[in-house]
Amino acid sequence: MTVLVLLDHADGAVSQASRSAVAAAGRLGEVHGLVAGDGVAAVAEAAARIQGLSRVLVADAEAFAHSLPEPLAALLQSLSGAYDHVLAPATATGKNVLPRLAALLDVQPVSEVVAIEGPDTFVRPIYAGSALATVRSGDAKKLLTIRAAAFDPAPAEGGTATVEAATLPADLPAPARFVSAELSRSERPDLSSARVVVSGGRGMGSGENFSLLAPIADSLGAAIGASRAAVDAGYVPNDYQVGQTGKIVAPELYLAVGISGAIQHLAGMKDSKIIVAVNKDAEAPIFAVADYGLVGDLFTVLPELQAELNKTA
Amino acid sequence: MKLLVPVKRVIDYNVKPRVKADNSGVETAGVKMSMNPFDEIAVEEAVRLKEKGVATEIVVVSVGAAQAADTLRTAMAMGADRAILVQAEEAPEPLAVAKILRALVEREQPRLVLMGKQAIDDDMNATGQMLAGLLGWGQGTFASKIEAGGDALSVTREVDGGLETISLVLPAIVTVDLRLNEPRYASLPNIMKARKKPLETIAAAGLGVDVAPRLQTLRVVEPPERKAGIRVGSVAELVNKLRDEARVI
Repeated sequence: MTVLVLLDHADGAVSQASRSAVAAAGRLGEVHGLVAGDGVAAVAEAAARIQGLSRVLVADAEAFAHSLPEPLAALLQSLSGAYDHVLAPATATGKNVLPRLAALLDVQPVSEVVAIEGPDTFVRPIYAGSALATVRSGDAKKLLTIRAAAFDPAPAEGGTATVEAATLPADLPAPARFVSAELSRSERPDLSSARVVVSGGRGMGSGENFSLLAPIADSLGAAIGASRAAVDAGYVPNDYQVGQTGKIVAPELYLAVGISGAIQHLAGMKDSKIIVAVNKDAEAPIFAVADYGLVGDLFTVLPELQAELNKTA
Repeated sequence: MKLLVPVKRVIDYNVKPRVKADNSGVETAGVKMSMNPFDEIAVEEAVRLKEKGVATEIVVVSVGAAQAADTLRTAMAMGADRAILVQAEEAPEPLAVAKILRALVEREQPRLVLMGKQAIDDDMNATGQMLAGLLGWGQGTFASKIEAGGDALSVTREVDGGLETISLVLPAIVTVDLRLNEPRYASLPNIMKARKKPLETIAAAGLGVDVAPRLQTLRVVEPPERKAGIRVGSVAELVNKLRDEARVI
């Protein structure tokens, strides 16, 4: 069996989530990757070094510049004939394009797969992770998005895949046009793949107060995240959101500050290895999942924590 | 411009779902049900587009059991003009729902389909994209801002790195995210008025759509429970634990 994995990429690099999808695909058979974009020769070269890929297909054309789902789904449809499984990471791009492709192929996709039990049997969370469903697909072709936090990424180096140009479909639909992007720029690690995440909630009280988290995140080499409440309140941009409908993270250490712990937030972080909660409300539900809980005022705790970390560093 | 807004009846956002003892699914009997919160945002946006004079008519549709009529009445109390209930025995999968919606789009000829980006029960996040694929229309998913202008629609989308704005040729599908708007509460007079608005019921079979499931659910289980750990008394103790016990810093 051969598996095709859509490799999404940003700033010239294949995303870590895509390497998790490659690792998941390795459980199913031989793995080919697809790099689509405009001027992506270097990305394809990098993709060829990912362990576990035997072949990298490259679709280099202006139509693929912004990963618009309409031309990308048409491309995947034209390539899909040779594959039993088509996978994409459950990223904004993967979630956007894979169901569209599924409709074109008359397949019911399986979203956010967290375990692969066989070639047609997959586990996925439902109800914001309140339950895990094991489903068997009766479709001839299986289309999956892969939850990155559930699979260790395939190593970025050491592979020796061949690189070849994909045959592009003659007709690429273009009902949508890219206008602009407003992307957060940060020197910190990517939230989805960071080893440590420091998140703030509504308890932070304001956007300015999020700056209290910055030195702690710097000491720990952490990404900064937020609860939905903090994003809705306008304290931080949407891409900080951790939860059912935001980013799903599973770092070694998750530090939740001023976050009450709604089920929708827990859905995004409860697979973290160690969870620390700081909250002044001793009854906050976040303490029910925290390995270490500290009841206290975050405006006192955070400066102390920063001082303590500086001491040990 | 005519709008079609699909809505789904799901277990209420505030209810903790319980897995059935036989592991066949999640218990829905006797549980409070509500409109999927993302769909509520879609209905609200449709009503705002009508208030701005962009939309002329809002048709809401739900696919599911007879009780989904309640969800449609709620949508009409918010401001939708009429409703279609496509009655189906079991909750059809996104592919089947997309095919049913395609049949309704062909009948109703809307210029825009506005819908939630995902339902909070199956968390599939697929139906909108699939409907767009079936129709060959453009799609603007995860929308946090929509601006109508002539034959195009500007959609700002929540993506992994921040925000992205695209321009969609109409007709199109837009799936909405949390921060697009805050849905209104229906007033009592509007709830009364909604009772008189037209609600048409049709059988899924009557649309000539194959709704046979493609996925077989083998079992549904509770996730491994995470045990609460310990309370620490001070920041110094916390840092010591993280360093010496958990070894994560």
